[in-house]
Amino acid sequence: MNNQIQNNGVERLTSMEKVQAGLAQRYAKERRFRRLGLAAVMTGLLFIALLLGSIVSNGYSAFWQTEVQLEVQLEQADIDPEVSRDPEVLSVADYGGLVKRSLRNTFPEVKGRRDKRKLYEMVSSGAAFQLQDMVMANPDLIGSTVKLWVPADDDIDMLVKGHIDRSKPESERRVKDQQLEWLDELTSQGRIRSAFNTIFFTAGDSREPELAGIWGAAVGSMFTLLVTLCLSFPIGVAAAVYLEEFAPVNRWTDLIEVNINNLAAVPSIVFGLLGLAVFINFFGLPRSAPVVGGLVLTLMTLPTIIIASRAALKSVPPSIREAALGLGASRMQMVFHHVLPLAMPGMLTGTIIGMAQALGESAPLLMIGMVAFIVDIPGSITDPSTVMPVQIYLWADSPERAFVERTSAAIMLLLGFLVSMNALAVILRKKFERRW
Amino acid sequence: MSPTTLILTLAALSLFGFWLGRQRSIVVARGKLKDLHSLPVYYGYYTALWCGIPAFLIWCLWLALETVIIPDLVVAALPSKLRDVSPDHLTLIVNDIKNLVTGNIVSSNVDPAIQVAADHYQHLLNISHMALAVVVLTLAIAGAVLAWKSIKLTRRARNAVEGTVKVFLVASSTIAIFTTVGIVLSVLFESMRFFDSVPITNFIFGLDWSPQMAIREDQVGSSGAFGAVPLFAGTLLISFIAMLVAVPVGLMSAIYLSEYAGPKLRAMAKPILEILAGIPTVVYGFFAALTVAPFIRNSGGLLGLDVSSESALAAGLVMGIMIIPFVSSLSDDVINAVPQSMRDGSYGLGATKSETIRLVIIPAALPGIVGGVLLAISRAIGETMIVVMAAGLSANLTANPLQAVTTVTVQIVTLLVGDQEFDSPKTLAAFALGLMLFITTLVLNVIALHVVRKYREQYE
Repeated sequence: MNNQIQNNGVERLTSMEKVQAGLAQRYAKERRFRRLGLAAVMTGLLFIALLLGSIVSNGYSAFWQTEVQLEVQLEQADIDPEVSRDPEVLSVADYGGLVKRSLRNTFPEVKGRRDKRKLYEMVSSGAAFQLQDMVMANPDLIGSTVKLWVPADDDIDMLVKGHIDRSKPESERRVKDQQLEWLDELTSQGRIRSAFNTIFFTAGDSREPELAGIWGAAVGSMFTLLVTLCLSFPIGVAAAVYLEEFAPVNRWTDLIEVNINNLAAVPSIVFGLLGLAVFINFFGLPRSAPVVGGLVLTLMTLPTIIIASRAALKSVPPSIREAALGLGASRMQMVFHHVLPLAMPGMLTGTIIGMAQALGESAPLLMIGMVAFIVDIPGSITDPSTVMPVQIYLWADSPERAFVERTSAAIMLLLGFLVSMNALAVILRKKFERRW
Repeated sequence: MSPTTLILTLAALSLFGFWLGRQRSIVVARGKLKDLHSLPVYYGYYTALWCGIPAFLIWCLWLALETVIIPDLVVAALPSKLRDVSPDHLTLIVNDIKNLVTGNIVSSNVDPAIQVAADHYQHLLNISHMALAVVVLTLAIAGAVLAWKSIKLTRRARNAVEGTVKVFLVASSTIAIFTTVGIVLSVLFESMRFFDSVPITNFIFGLDWSPQMAIREDQVGSSGAFGAVPLFAGTLLISFIAMLVAVPVGLMSAIYLSEYAGPKLRAMAKPILEILAGIPTVVYGFFAALTVAPFIRNSGGLLGLDVSSESALAAGLVMGIMIIPFVSSLSDDVINAVPQSMRDGSYGLGATKSETIRLVIIPAALPGIVGGVLLAISRAIGETMIVVMAAGLSANLTANPLQAVTTVTVQIVTLLVGDQEFDSPKTLAAFALGLMLFITTLVLNVIALHVVRKYREQYE
């Protein structure tokens, strides 16, 4: 130890004294090292807190949506002049015009094209569709005056939520002074409210933040995971059973094992390249479809599932196998009747973890075209669709301030799914864990 | 009958076959089940397998061939004015026809000839599906009947069933090999096509990356340069920054948690740190782009530094955060694998805890730690979403972490996302980059796994 050798002329110290001399310094070093370690742990925890904090503080407000109350006169002459009540006629009526007229009636003083346009921009373009749905569902409303709450435009929403600063000069904010006045007027009339944002949970993607929802991506994720689960669980378990219970020790088995270990560390984007070249270009499967995404993710999660399943099989004691064989079971019966049921909890845990990994994966799905802008909610595994992480990526790229909020909310949902999947895995492990 | 209903019917038939076979074996045994070679269930499985498997294989093969043959037939029947166009145009027409058939929106007003072709397509599809149903159902019933008839006391149904199951097991275990082969072949073939148009030396040693190809022959300027050096330099820079964050923090927290921390802190901090490993990378990307990058730019601005809004520092920092749990759990494993006797020996000689850690445990665990760090580097190199969202697109050859750099994965994504013709060098370049990426990470992984395994054996 360097600090013990101190050549300050004193040469005949006993070793005890030498140790004593350096002790204070060594203890100080010890404390420093220990503090460094604690600091490292705290840094890690701080990073998590920062990450989650920034997501939650940006995203929690997305679960509310500012709504404006409109009073719309559903004139017979505008919607269905011949009183046919024919859905065809009802669906093509100019509901956007009705919404605009209602806004004009509320603020009769607004004149001039440009001012009027600003006024129309106060409510979402989805208001017309909402009105249309309402009339289509209940044609008897025609001729009356209805009051309905429609989503406000995303800029107004941001302003109400405090993400746009009122005190900035007009040229630097997206909501203009006039719109502020109208908004204050509406607020004083009690015609602005903040309601639970159902659109976010029930709609597909949209260019308008206030109309964009996560449901389409969630359904896409569900279909993709379904395909992944249906393929990777049986194949993974079968591969693990073969490698652990039947495979002879030879080069071929070695090769398989090396392959599995390497695949577990191949960058996910390379799987995307594989999917693009093989599934889409060679087999001609449809682009953007959950079935292709599921296939790619299957290949990606297989190593995880195989490795976890093998560990589960290994933990079943040999005595079980010997007892089964001793009672006259064939090897196959021994495996499928005795070993596999005992290893199943471990395998399921591994599968759930693999599925969680697949749910959060986006890079390979970008390669196979699941980044498309898709409004419709997919109805089958061959419909074009996107998945939650990719939706997050797409929204993160959008310039509107309101999309930042929605991206964060989507992340919160995704993390919620992941946490519950992992919690399920932990519970499974705790409940069925058996010590032999 | 649509293929989906057909496959469901087939499943139902197999189930019925199971029941038939099982009943038959009981009848054959005349109540004395001991005389049967196998348990009645196995005769059921036997019949069901004969009913289902051949028919299912035919079903798969048929549908695979159908997608190739029918378009060819439709093209052959097209009027010559539509047929005699460039191959690219022809694919467009075929796509139009397919879209018409599936009821998707078609780009322009429907040409009557194309409408006729679409009807023809639909007609062929109907015939094909009808024939498929007949063939599959005949095969299924024939298989079931044959198996049913062959059931007798000495029939070794269990062996046959177990043999089939084993084939399935072996086939499943070879998928890993097929995947590797698939990856290698798919990137290799496309890369070779790429190297036909761009010499491999230009790709590996070129210092200039601007993959814009001229769309027209006479266009000026964008001739495309495919030198991959700036991309690899950018990748290494970002990975290096990530390692600067992840290795000290990960290693020190692993040391602290395994050597110093009380059981309570360990039980709390470890799973929380593991959360970092479970967060999807797209979330890190969003965090980097939304929070970290503006923060670094603003604080750089306060110090009078000119920081790019897509600086390598932001991406690297966040990537480092992502890798912390990876480094810490691998280090934790190797530190715990160092035998207690070595610690006790060191304490017995009067060393303090930190001296033991620095002078005994870390040297003993070093190969394992190095292996873990190598795995972490390979992960950083292959990481995509963080850099796609937080790093830049311009290929600067710089070592300045405050500037924007681009990486291999970012370029693969930019080259392949969006509508691209599949045979332009621009698209193929992505596969060449993928090949390089695959090779780099493979080499790193092989070395790392080797080091880790060798080290583990030392103390076992």
